[in-house]
Amino acid sequence: MQTDNLELKKLVYLYLMNYAKSQPDMAIMAVNTFVKDCEDPNPLIRALAVRTMGCIRVDKITEYLCEPLRKCLKDEDPYVRKTAAVCVAKLHDINAQLVEDQGFLDTLKDLISDSNPMVVANAVAALSEIAESHPSSNLLDLNPQSINKLLTALNECTEWGQIFILDCLANYMPKDDREAQSICERVTPRLSHANSAVVLSAVKVLMKFMEMLSKDLDYYGTLLKKLAPPLVTLLSAEPELQYVALRNINLIVQKRPEILKHEMKVFFVKYNDPIYVKLEKLDIMIRLASQANIAQVLAELKEYATEVDVDFVRKAVRAIGRCAIKVEQSAERCVSTLLDLIQTKVNYVVQEAIVVIKDIFRKYPNKYESVIATLCENLDSLDEPEARAAMIWIVGEYAERIDNADELLESFLEGFHDESTQVQLQLLTAIVKLFLKKPTETQELVQQVLSLATQDSDNPDLRDRGYIYWRLLSTDPVAAKEVVLAEKPLISEETDLIEPTLLDELICHIGTLASVYHKPPGAFVEGGRGVVHKSLPPRTGSSESAESPDTAPAGVPAADQPSVIPTQGDLLGDLLNLDLGPPVSGPPVATSSVQMGAVDLLGGGLDSLMGDESEGLRSDVGGSPAMGGGSGGFAPAPGTAVPSNTGAPLGSGLGDLFDLTGGVGTLSGSYVAPKTVWLPAMKAKGLEISGTFSRQVGSISMDLVLTNKALQVMSDFAIQFNRNSFGLAPAAPLQVHAPLAPNQSVEISLPLNTVGSVMKMDPLNNLQVAVKNNIDVFYFSTLYPLHILFVEDGKMERQMFLATWKDIPNENETQFQIKDCSLNADSVSSKLQGSNIFTIAKRNVEGQDMLYQSLKLTNGIWVLAELRIQPSNPSFTLSLKCRAPEVSQYVYQAYETILKN
Amino acid sequence: MIHSLFLINAAGDIFLEKHWKSVVSRSVCDYFFEAQERASEAENVPPVIPTPHHYLLSVYRHKIFFVAVIQSEVPPLFVIEFLHRVVDTFQDYFGVCSEVIIKDNVVVVYEVLEEMLDNGFPLATESNILKELIKPPTILRTVVNTITGSTNVGDQLPTGQLSVVPWRRTGVKYTNNEAYFDVIEEIDAIIDKSGSTITAEIQGVIDACVKLTGMPDLTLSFMNPRLLDDVSFHPCVRFKRWESERILSFIPPDGNFRLLSYHVSAQNLVAIPVYVKHNISFRDSSSLGRFEITVGPKQTMGKTVEGVMVTSQMPKSVLNMTLTPSQGTHVFDPVTKLLSWDVGKINPQKLPSLKGSVSLQAGTSKPDENPTINLQFKIQQLAISGLKVNRLDMYGEKYKPFKGIKYMTKAGKFQVRT
Repeated sequence: MQTDNLELKKLVYLYLMNYAKSQPDMAIMAVNTFVKDCEDPNPLIRALAVRTMGCIRVDKITEYLCEPLRKCLKDEDPYVRKTAAVCVAKLHDINAQLVEDQGFLDTLKDLISDSNPMVVANAVAALSEIAESHPSSNLLDLNPQSINKLLTALNECTEWGQIFILDCLANYMPKDDREAQSICERVTPRLSHANSAVVLSAVKVLMKFMEMLSKDLDYYGTLLKKLAPPLVTLLSAEPELQYVALRNINLIVQKRPEILKHEMKVFFVKYNDPIYVKLEKLDIMIRLASQANIAQVLAELKEYATEVDVDFVRKAVRAIGRCAIKVEQSAERCVSTLLDLIQTKVNYVVQEAIVVIKDIFRKYPNKYESVIATLCENLDSLDEPEARAAMIWIVGEYAERIDNADELLESFLEGFHDESTQVQLQLLTAIVKLFLKKPTETQELVQQVLSLATQDSDNPDLRDRGYIYWRLLSTDPVAAKEVVLAEKPLISEETDLIEPTLLDELICHIGTLASVYHKPPGAFVEGGRGVVHKSLPPRTGSSESAESPDTAPAGVPAADQPSVIPTQGDLLGDLLNLDLGPPVSGPPVATSSVQMGAVDLLGGGLDSLMGDESEGLRSDVGGSPAMGGGSGGFAPAPGTAVPSNTGAPLGSGLGDLFDLTGGVGTLSGSYVAPKTVWLPAMKAKGLEISGTFSRQVGSISMDLVLTNKALQVMSDFAIQFNRNSFGLAPAAPLQVHAPLAPNQSVEISLPLNTVGSVMKMDPLNNLQVAVKNNIDVFYFSTLYPLHILFVEDGKMERQMFLATWKDIPNENETQFQIKDCSLNADSVSSKLQGSNIFTIAKRNVEGQDMLYQSLKLTNGIWVLAELRIQPSNPSFTLSLKCRAPEVSQYVYQAYETILKN
Repeated sequence: MIHSLFLINAAGDIFLEKHWKSVVSRSVCDYFFEAQERASEAENVPPVIPTPHHYLLSVYRHKIFFVAVIQSEVPPLFVIEFLHRVVDTFQDYFGVCSEVIIKDNVVVVYEVLEEMLDNGFPLATESNILKELIKPPTILRTVVNTITGSTNVGDQLPTGQLSVVPWRRTGVKYTNNEAYFDVIEEIDAIIDKSGSTITAEIQGVIDACVKLTGMPDLTLSFMNPRLLDDVSFHPCVRFKRWESERILSFIPPDGNFRLLSYHVSAQNLVAIPVYVKHNISFRDSSSLGRFEITVGPKQTMGKTVEGVMVTSQMPKSVLNMTLTPSQGTHVFDPVTKLLSWDVGKINPQKLPSLKGSVSLQAGTSKPDENPTINLQFKIQQLAISGLKVNRLDMYGEKYKPFKGIKYMTKAGKFQVRT
């Protein structure tokens, strides 16, 4: 190692990096050479030494690294300084505490003001990486001065450095539109950089700060124009770069379609593009399709539909359908294009075409029925369930115009049991529709299908739907007609738009993995703790228009809200869902049976009674934990030792309702914390969950408020817990009876039991929860208060208490202080009793009250407590003794929460 | 930042791995292999693959997959750009980038990779700096090194590393001072059945080879700079000067570099220099089809079109083709169904054509798609966009350099639908 031959030295260092871990004791012998090399007159060797030392992940060596590193951070040679900056990040990765203790972070922050741009860039990069694992720490404290320094360094540092600086700039929030504009002006030249990553990072900064610029500004228009060429240029790069660029352009096009509206042609597919590029281009083509360019787009799409690659062809055919739905004027042309494609008789093309034609019928009812005849010709070639179901839907929907509809449907009926569920359900509905339209000829058919569905099928969905139709038809055919043949809501124009809140967040993440996956980083980045939510800056200046992202979703009138309608279900689908939930397996909970009705009452009644206030509340639930969910306002202030029937003072009607739903936990007096937001809407595609835990006559429940802040209806909710320290698990499935409409919220009390599988968590009371709905699965974790686990038979016999107290070794005793509590011994005792902490004895020693208490956890752990109360002193002393001392801390927390509320 | 790099060959063997942080197990590549299996062709492997704990970003070049492993949120373009840079560097060092060459030079490869990234942060990616740190292997140097015991690794801090012009080293000396610029334009176009243009755009670059002594400061001006409204520059170009005067002013790197790349997309500016007449038909009843294509010059500004090459991917049901070319040679590969016809020069008096019949698999219905024709060609001494360099001046040094400008137009992705 002490050789003068640099190549040999490098190779030895390389060897050390790789093998130090396996032989730490040997590696330590190298420390001396490192330290010596850090003082070498040659800056190359100094840098090499400090760089290598940082890569050796052996604790003992890191200790010796601090001194040389400190020197190198202040080295006279910028090459050494920039290497040392990165080394701080390395060291932080190995031992974060050490870096903080040694004050390296401050030194690193000082380097942002370094005279050499390369050093600045590396310092920024290192700080960003450290900040990623410390979301709360305010490491990159940006202010106008530091921003100015960064912008200066931006012009002079390497391309990679520019990426780091631009990404860092994007996190800055300018104080007004003037500042935003001046930053934009200085960032714009980066759009002409040869490195596409620099370009995209610059686009991110501009897209974000543009939000603050007033639209009337000339500069705004200039900026819009400047953004298009670099984005187009990205598409002539290597395919891998194109792919990432296209995913980002997809976002940009949704946010600001005006930027690329004239650039449709660059998205035309070349036949030797890789498939992943083709599919993305197709997606953007549809987003850009408008009345002006629809002819061109259609001609292209038709061309694509004859290509070889099956996936691509399918998507192209679907795209034609989406164009028809998006651009009304083109619908006719789209339909005729689709008919041409059906004539080709290529199997998968025909099937895709039929699926999209069904959607076109939904969008433009009673307009293109003339094509039905052509569709019927291809009935036999359909072998995919989705296409068959679509075809059956069409036949059922237009049964009165198809002469042989009964024959057609009958032919499907023959192989009823071999069909997939989707087709079976559709067939059932279609035949019922047919019967209602032509009752005379089809009586036999409908009976046949009803008996097939109800008697010969094992599928509960099918059976239940069959029974409902049967009932309807037998009791009130008129009502049946109203239900089955009801007017259907129109389908929305674009069903795959990203929700505005998510889109805004993703715009802040342009150029990152999040933008490639179109998911917020929290949804997939390892250890989501490091994720800070980013949001677009609000527009300042004169035009506080409806364009601002916050008001946009709220301002849309209900009728215009694009709602996604399940493709195959009809109105009955909702009704049917009622019966679909599997039977409740856990102990029945009083609230759950009345929940359905009560929620409706609550919704309606309260809205009219306290309309304004609840509106205000709802729009406030923007993720601040202080806001106790939508219900916080009218649930009785929890824990204030109110008698059980709190409802009374609140007015008669409402009070009753509260007892049913809202007033959980007041019955037994166990303290219930106010609801906090567990899962912000930003993280869960618009689903917000807030909640709390309560314990009520021996059963634990989790009280949830689900709020839908997305634009689409949510349904199919389910919940699951990860294994946890006390085996908490849902005792019944999550029952949300009606689909949750946008801006609606629902309160649910989920009964829990403690028979789930057990795994020790850290912290002990951590609970990881997964909630699923029709959109996705979301994860969050929450801490539950330990007192929900205190069981009712936690009162120990006196003798037993004394014996146990002596029996538990003294090292298991822990002492805590409960400060600022002004209750006297009796009220403390009664308050704790409410939460199943039982006082066994009370003594008065030298003016102090001593309470001896016991409690038992659901898993049988006993905790014994001695609470010392001095009348003059507001601080109580709590000594806890337990055979499992790790719970003590959480028991103490429970004491504190109960006593202070 | 970038955690690790794996190089994988076409057979699916990992033949090189490099870790810049802690070691990531090779098994992470299994996810890549899965994706590779799912994709029909190597080109179709998606560039971003998520795995439970890592993300795999890959580029495919020279029949090698370069797979980078990352663990946290990193701009994917940054990683992909960097991977391309790695490939470029290998090519620069060894002339070609192939598995054999990389294996032969494994020590240099490791040294270079170590120098390019530190803890996942790019350190030195400019090839002139790298070459000063680690000298590229040549036979002569290997011999000298073995005899004298000296090394490939430079022991001085590269001078350019921290200067205001990191791309240029100081103390450059040449006996012949020369500066050559190549203006190369590629036409990407899609032509439809009837011969009208669907899209056409020009990707242009100016590549330079500058071998000048000292610290020359060059300016390059154009006759028609307005053409260039969508450009990306080498970092050496002074952007302010371009914005205000439309003049390229720069201190050039030493040796070969790409000064500028540009993009011309306005349809009326893009001339299409060749046309293709085609008559390809398959009949439903018989198993024979007709095939006839003719290539001719269109807007070539009087220059000759050369190096013409026609390729076309025939439908699967084509068994064989019996064709006679009027010039050049043609090959049809019955396995891949790829027809290629090497035409050579186009003589406007006697247009090259390829005629004959296509035999189809008996019993199958006629293919529903007609093959797309891919065209390659070259035109010397012409920049099809009309871009012309006005003059090149040098300041800052006394001597008189040789100057040269060459123009060339090529086909990029030039496709004719039939």
